Amino acid sequence: MREITTDIAVIGAGSAGLSAAYQAASAGADVLVIDENHLPGGQLFKQIHKFFGSRAHQAGTRGFQIGQELLERVQKSGARVWLDTLVYGIERDCSLGVIHDGAHYVVRAKKVIVATGAKENYMAFPGSTLPGVMGAGAAQTMVNVNRVLPGKRVVMLGSGNVGLIVSYQLMQAGADVVALVEAAPEIGGYAVHAGKLRRAGVPILVGHTITRVTGDGQVERVEIAQVDKQFNPIPGTERVLEADTVCLAVGLNPMTELVWMAGCKFCFIPAFGGHVPMHDGNMETTVPGLYVAGDVTGVEEASSAMEEGNLAGVCAAHALGLLTDEQAADKKAEINARLDALRAGLFGERRRTAKQQQLDAMQAEQGGNDHVG
Amino acid sequence: MRVSEHPILGALPEAESVTIYFDGQPIPARAGEPIAAALMNAGIRAFRTTAKRHEPRGIFCAIGRCTDCMMIVDGVPNTRTCVTLVRDGMQVETQHGLAAMRTEEDKA
Repeated sequence: MREITTDIAVIGAGSAGLSAAYQAASAGADVLVIDENHLPGGQLFKQIHKFFGSRAHQAGTRGFQIGQELLERVQKSGARVWLDTLVYGIERDCSLGVIHDGAHYVVRAKKVIVATGAKENYMAFPGSTLPGVMGAGAAQTMVNVNRVLPGKRVVMLGSGNVGLIVSYQLMQAGADVVALVEAAPEIGGYAVHAGKLRRAGVPILVGHTITRVTGDGQVERVEIAQVDKQFNPIPGTERVLEADTVCLAVGLNPMTELVWMAGCKFCFIPAFGGHVPMHDGNMETTVPGLYVAGDVTGVEEASSAMEEGNLAGVCAAHALGLLTDEQAADKKAEINARLDALRAGLFGERRRTAKQQQLDAMQAEQGGNDHVG
Repeated sequence: MRVSEHPILGALPEAESVTIYFDGQPIPARAGEPIAAALMNAGIRAFRTTAKRHEPRGIFCAIGRCTDCMMIVDGVPNTRTCVTLVRDGMQVETQHGLAAMRTEEDKA
């Protein structure tokens, strides 16, 4: 077993982790980024649509291009990136158990930033385990990263932005989207994404759900039905669609295993995907020296993840004395202003409220100390 | 089926072609891609069967989290094929149920 020491270890080389690493390394910290995948970028490289928001958030730039730019900045910053590397455990003192290049390491860092992201939710119905039923993100990875079509005729379940965007991207890759099914009475995601599907002639069936999927060893038929106000299928409204693939776009949940293991305190926020670690305005958890950033703190989107990563990187570097109080305050003010902008408006409001709830929980945990940030 | 032309990503970049074997049958693959992508391209959707009910399972998450895509790869069971890259001559087998737990003697 070998031992590695570093100023800051970042777990996860996605939107949040790379941003954190860039900020910390730019401030002069010795940074080690660890990721299980063979390529960095997390889920950014499958985002081939243009991002929203203001110019400061690179609106109008496609996700994979943002990923490429971020990667170049990190490479120039001097941060080390270990790919194909598994963090299998974290001790209470925040030392990490790591397998890299077939060898076992213990990584001891003065500060640890966990940016492990999120994974897709599953929804059970008869036939939901048949080959051909998959996460919408899985289908997106297959077409945009691996350049393989998961099927020819797809039924999408869920009309949030993931369901809308992936439906369109499956069509761009050459599949037919037979229908997009949504149990709620209204479309969940942005109208601009729904409009693209409508113009392409994809039926968006709100107030419907999938009741079962059948087929001989794989998806062949998808039975859908209307639902009542309690989301129960209405008998007699069933109809069957011929399809070979079902994509589930029914939300994500934070990948919090390492944070639990480290002993962080959690709060339950459904709008963020379930149990999320409490953290303060510096992204530090209830375990001193352990920071979190991005979807692991609550499912939002890539731009917010990058900003939370920036914040965690700046605050960890500041805590190590690598930035002056003034430098850190300036950077934090800029980042927080961008985060506020991302969490504003019709769609951002829910996330802003949820984030405030999370910060309040941390404050209550720390004994009502009114200085959080 | 390969996405050879794409309106945003353009033409599929050149890649070295390699051969993997699915239950002994040769399957063409692109160097650097995960096993699951090569199988999906070949139209193979059932990767394993479950331990209790012997039902087929295929890709679900494609990012190494759900373990639905586990297969026996070059003799190693429980290999996540969505995050394991192809290698020329690789033997990929359908996995039935769970592999036996390895003992300390097996590892030695």
